[in-house]
Amino acid sequence: MATQHSRSAARFMMAPAVMLLLAWMLVPLIMTLYFSFKKYLPLRGGDLGWVGFDNYVRFVSSSSFWPSVTTTLIIVGGVLAITLILGTLLALLLDQPIWGQGVVRILVIAPFFVMPTVSALVWKNMFMDPNYGLLSYLWEFFGAEPLQWMSHASLTSIITIVSWQWLPFATLILLTAIQSLDHEQLEASEMDGATALKRFWYIVLPHLSRAITVVLLIQTIFLLSIFAEIFVTTAGAFGSKTLTYLIFQRVLESQNVGLGSAGGVYAIILANIVAIFLMRIVGKNLDK
Amino acid sequence: MGRIVLEKVTKKFEHVEVIQPLDLTIEEGEFVVFVGPSGCGKSTLLRLIAGLEDVSSGDIYIDDQNATDLPPAQRRLAMVFQSYALYPHMSVRKNIAFPLKMAKLDQAEIDRRVAAAAEVLSLTDYLDRRPGQLSGGQRQRVAIGRAIVREPSAFLFDEPLSNLDAALRVGMRLEISELHARLKTTMIYVTHDQVEAMTMADKIVVLQGGVIEQVGSPLELYRNPRNRFVAGFIGSPKMNFIEGPEAAKYDAHCIGIRPEHIGVSETKGEWKGSISVSEHLGSDTFFHVHDTGLAETITVRAGGEVAFKHGDTVYLSPRPEMIHKFDAEGLRL
Repeated sequence: MATQHSRSAARFMMAPAVMLLLAWMLVPLIMTLYFSFKKYLPLRGGDLGWVGFDNYVRFVSSSSFWPSVTTTLIIVGGVLAITLILGTLLALLLDQPIWGQGVVRILVIAPFFVMPTVSALVWKNMFMDPNYGLLSYLWEFFGAEPLQWMSHASLTSIITIVSWQWLPFATLILLTAIQSLDHEQLEASEMDGATALKRFWYIVLPHLSRAITVVLLIQTIFLLSIFAEIFVTTAGAFGSKTLTYLIFQRVLESQNVGLGSAGGVYAIILANIVAIFLMRIVGKNLDK
Repeated sequence: MGRIVLEKVTKKFEHVEVIQPLDLTIEEGEFVVFVGPSGCGKSTLLRLIAGLEDVSSGDIYIDDQNATDLPPAQRRLAMVFQSYALYPHMSVRKNIAFPLKMAKLDQAEIDRRVAAAAEVLSLTDYLDRRPGQLSGGQRQRVAIGRAIVREPSAFLFDEPLSNLDAALRVGMRLEISELHARLKTTMIYVTHDQVEAMTMADKIVVLQGGVIEQVGSPLELYRNPRNRFVAGFIGSPKMNFIEGPEAAKYDAHCIGIRPEHIGVSETKGEWKGSISVSEHLGSDTFFHVHDTGLAETITVRAGGEVAFKHGDTVYLSPRPEMIHKFDAEGLRL
């Protein structure tokens, strides 16, 4: 009886928080859905009535839609590949006993604490600027023409910046996973004649698979919605327009709230497809 | 194949010498058990032989070849770990096949050897399961399977039974002994359990504090312990040690007498005392006797059907020819 009692009391006390969270999620969602069926141009006549699925058709048939999807996938895929591969290598490195381990680990985590806008600006102005960026000096040192990063390698630049931000996260999760590996398994495989490379491939990597899926899932969800890094570097120019950025442009630059909302609904659907897909992989992996 | 010689082997961690200069010869086909209390260096010694630790000085010879600087994989030794160290993401079949795959044997040969090992260890029905789906005893057998497929020149066991329950432990003990009888390969077995050492070994190496206290067959160690530590460690229940005037009667600093070498009588004997605890095991009864005028409580073994109980007065008489005498340093006189 006591348990029953405390359970209903708990429900009662949690209710305000749950309501707030629900409202927080539902209100924007419903408003997006509402506007997506309207022709709504704030500076050109305001609410011009219902238009059915017109916005949805126009959003998809726009010439910028498919390129933006491709860009999104390239950025997400690129960042995932870089953070997972470098993250695994860094984690292996940090797992070795080294002098000043604690300091090194904190330094490795540091980029994660820098705000996306700040880190993108730092990269843009201090490293990638064609005139006074550090990288341009490096290029000149080797006698090469400094690269116009933002215009000629816009996607590479953005992928580099975002990878730099997310590498600590991947490294940290993979490092804890490596540390939980039973040492005797490594010794057993060593006695079984496995070389260092084979030990990594047959013992360490399978052990990391779960952590890798977790990193994959969490990063994908956050990477699909990156915005600040694009806004402060290329502002969507030079083929760096992602789906998120396209929606932003439709709503704020074209002042077409209806069209942007329809794009938002597409983004929600895309994110959910990815999430369900990844959840199933994770679920399968967590079963073992 | 399978003769292992250690010459003046030492091991230091930081500045602590965990293995002091040590010589040991393990003959081909022998079942050698390293036994000692925890922290005595027995596992370290095994890991030195395996190559998982590097010796600080000295040499290790395997089959007359200096193996001191050889990596573990090239020593042709197989090890069974305390935690079994099975690869959790591989099926039993792949676990057992792993060393063969690393040795790049062709698939037909791998299949043949895995099937043979599974047959010997009655694992055939479990080959496609994962280690997580097996019981402790089955996992143990998989670990042994992974060791035997390589046809090593010696097996190393690091406390392999300590994670099993008592009944299973006795069963596995027999299985390992049978395996040794069939394969006739050298086996080195580390344990802290003197019963395992006594029942399985051809040769027992008793270690304490990184030093070999005594090497010998189980009965040799039981009959002629070289010092007080070995005398107390081998045999269950422990040998009774008596110091003081009673020991002086035998011109010794200390005398030792095993519980099974003391006669119990209701009427007469050398020491009179009363029973504080009696443990009835059915086949045997152990009495703990105090108030004998000696400083120590004496443990006595009697037959299974003895009717003494708590508080009874008994007379004890040690068999004089079974008394072990030790000097002040603990060495046997």
